[in-house]
Amino acid sequence: MLAFIAKRLAIAVPTLLLLVVFSFLLMHAAPGGPFTSERGLPPAVLANLNAKYGLDQPMWRQMTTYVWGIVSHFDFGPSFIYKDRTVNEIIAQGFPVTLTYGSISFVVAVLTGVGLGVSAAIWHNSWLDYLAVGISIGAQVLPNFVMAPILVLVFTLWLGWLPGGGWEGGQWQYVIMPVVALSTSFMASIARITRSSMLEVMNSNHIRTAKAKGLPMRKVILRHALKPAMLPVVSYLGPAFVTMITGSVVVDMYFSTGGIGKAFVDSALNRDYAVMMGVTILVGTLTVLFNLLVDVLYAWIDPKIRY
Amino acid sequence: MKTKLLLSTILGLALAMPAWAATHPVTGEELAANQDYTYWLLDAIKSMDPQINTDVEGSGVLRSLFEGLFNEDQVGGLVPGAALNFDLSDDKTVYTFHLRPEAKWSDGKPVTAQDFVYAWKRLADPEFASEYAWYMELMQVVNASAIIAGEKPVDELGVKALDDNTLEVTIEAPLPYFPQMLTHASTFPVRQDVIEAWGPKWTDPEHMVGNGAYVLKEHILGEKVVMEPNPSYWDAANTILQHVTALTINDNNAALTRYLAGELDRVAIPAGQYPRLAAEYPAEANSVPQSCSYIYIFNMDPVKGPAALQDVRVRRALSYAIDRDVIVNSVLQGGQAPSYNWTHAATAGFEMPDIEYSHLTQAERDAKALELMTEAGYGPNNPLALTLNYNTSDAHKKIAIAVQQFWKKIGVDLTLNNMEWKVHTDKMQAQDFDMGRYAWCGDYNEASTYLDFFTSYSGHNNGKFVSEEYDRLMKESKTAENPNLMYTAAEQILADQMPMAPIYQYTQVEMIKPDMRGMSTENLMQNWYLKDMYRVAQ
Repeated sequence: MLAFIAKRLAIAVPTLLLLVVFSFLLMHAAPGGPFTSERGLPPAVLANLNAKYGLDQPMWRQMTTYVWGIVSHFDFGPSFIYKDRTVNEIIAQGFPVTLTYGSISFVVAVLTGVGLGVSAAIWHNSWLDYLAVGISIGAQVLPNFVMAPILVLVFTLWLGWLPGGGWEGGQWQYVIMPVVALSTSFMASIARITRSSMLEVMNSNHIRTAKAKGLPMRKVILRHALKPAMLPVVSYLGPAFVTMITGSVVVDMYFSTGGIGKAFVDSALNRDYAVMMGVTILVGTLTVLFNLLVDVLYAWIDPKIRY
Repeated sequence: MKTKLLLSTILGLALAMPAWAATHPVTGEELAANQDYTYWLLDAIKSMDPQINTDVEGSGVLRSLFEGLFNEDQVGGLVPGAALNFDLSDDKTVYTFHLRPEAKWSDGKPVTAQDFVYAWKRLADPEFASEYAWYMELMQVVNASAIIAGEKPVDELGVKALDDNTLEVTIEAPLPYFPQMLTHASTFPVRQDVIEAWGPKWTDPEHMVGNGAYVLKEHILGEKVVMEPNPSYWDAANTILQHVTALTINDNNAALTRYLAGELDRVAIPAGQYPRLAAEYPAEANSVPQSCSYIYIFNMDPVKGPAALQDVRVRRALSYAIDRDVIVNSVLQGGQAPSYNWTHAATAGFEMPDIEYSHLTQAERDAKALELMTEAGYGPNNPLALTLNYNTSDAHKKIAIAVQQFWKKIGVDLTLNNMEWKVHTDKMQAQDFDMGRYAWCGDYNEASTYLDFFTSYSGHNNGKFVSEEYDRLMKESKTAENPNLMYTAAEQILADQMPMAPIYQYTQVEMIKPDMRGMSTENLMQNWYLKDMYRVAQ
């Protein structure tokens, strides 16, 4: 097992390096640059800016300087657009925000999603099943860019219960709507995966045996069915968790949380190369790590899997 | 003795109490007890450094945290700021500004002429590489261009401190609107010792030292900016708003909902919603002119542009056939003005030439357009194929679709080409387009901020329009006694040659809480100053 983890971590380094190279090249291949503006800068001004930010250097030099900065000082460089700030500061400010509402959304989505899925499977073809399927389909087809304005309309404008946006250091009133908006579609997917996987497990031989030997239903489900049924759910949860904690542009935009999802999209549109690269590396690293974690969990859930 | 001291202290405090407790010091209006103000920002403030900022929203914040030589009043007139007045040399090239001796920075140190010298040199310094360095060139400060190009040392910039309170600025040639340009945020003073002590971190709330009416309390990127009165400000006794918050909300509709829920005091109205809101909230919905002009530029580059657009008849026909009333009244619905020329009609001193096609009915314009197209050899049997580029936005798309329909009537087969903003800009600047959407907002309230755009030597002239007569007029205007005569003539050339099709001139449509006063809505540049704003009792 340890050898497996070590091997996976060793592969992660070239994977991330490839990610850096490809994103760097793609970014620079897009037309325009960070200082392209509608007004058009005079050539002398543009030349001074390019010199200051090293954009006048050949591409390979820019890339090696960049990678060296990260490796030697963990320095992701200055933002080209938010010129008072470094990429490290932008991530340090935005990531805790998305990590907070993302993690809470994750817990909410997993608990409600698994709960709905399991209930639907156990009481298969009952009204409860139809209700659970109905809720999860409803949540799935209601995208968060529709959900967010509806939430604000109802809970802020009509009822006046919750503030319409902002973060205020993560006070609970400000967290509720982002969490609801972000978690629903994940919850729906988890519920559907859980339901079908649970149905399959409930029809398998070992469950029939457990039932036959007279175990109460509660024990059958908790001890024998739930764990194997979670296998496909867990493989979905790894990437889903990374997606959730690295933020959603819709949530950040609509609720003004100041999270990193908006920063990521903006950096691409603004050609803020440094921020774009910084967030890409962050997301890439987290993805690699959580995929590894999922694989380790597999071995724990399913004793048949050996590394 | 002790009692006396105590009494005089109390008396002193009472006298020093700001006037907001009761009535407005000038107008005498009764003031509200609550003097908090929360307004909307579309985007995060990119920089709080006056010499780095490039945004309109950033400039709004900077006008509160810093103060330039002059401020604007509510109709856009110049009023003394850090400077009380100035002397102008006989040849109109040397300005001597007399600074306000009582002006102080937020840490209590006096504001000096050296602070301005440092800031202006910083703006021009090629090593500092400000995106707004060109503003020093626009102001024609002596040697600015050579310094930016790295041909002369920064110290040769035409600005010096004669003493702590006297600033001398030398410009290359007389510039009638030079004082107006001094309200721009990039000319605001900054403190050398603070910047050298903290580097780029000097704009953090805990380090920033400003000379404006407000100080920065909090700045969370993409969430909010919080400001409170600066007790060291020379006019602090008349600063009324006590707690100001600017909230970033990237979605205008979300911001409007939050305004309606009472979370904001001022917000822009999203496209198309003005008529409804004006009917529902007549005391809150405002529509005022704003100095920006929306056009379609024709690519007249003889090599890269389409051959058809070399023909003035085609360009005129295209412009004539656009039904601006439909665009303004049915598409935009925000009280915008249909436009038949380039300079915003409300620009100070500007006199509109008699532009013939602006008086015609749309049916007459259409007939004329058809005639011109036929003369140029195009028509239903020989349609002209052209492409229009625009950047992603709902409003741009709607206007483009409407124009596509208008032009179909005169035999133009228009392809719409929607692209991301940076790509659009890049293509425009490389003359890689047929026709392109463009908008220009005035830097100062004077027609040259528009008209300089179409000179052959302008860096902005993306359509490569060239007219010797136009260039001559614009050069002459720089030293003329009354430049407005040249501006009118130049505008007439644009109407005759039609290097672009004017479409509409901006208005700013906003919801403002009815108890807010002092918002500078009559100022065409929409430059507001927090220190002039207050809430009245209702």
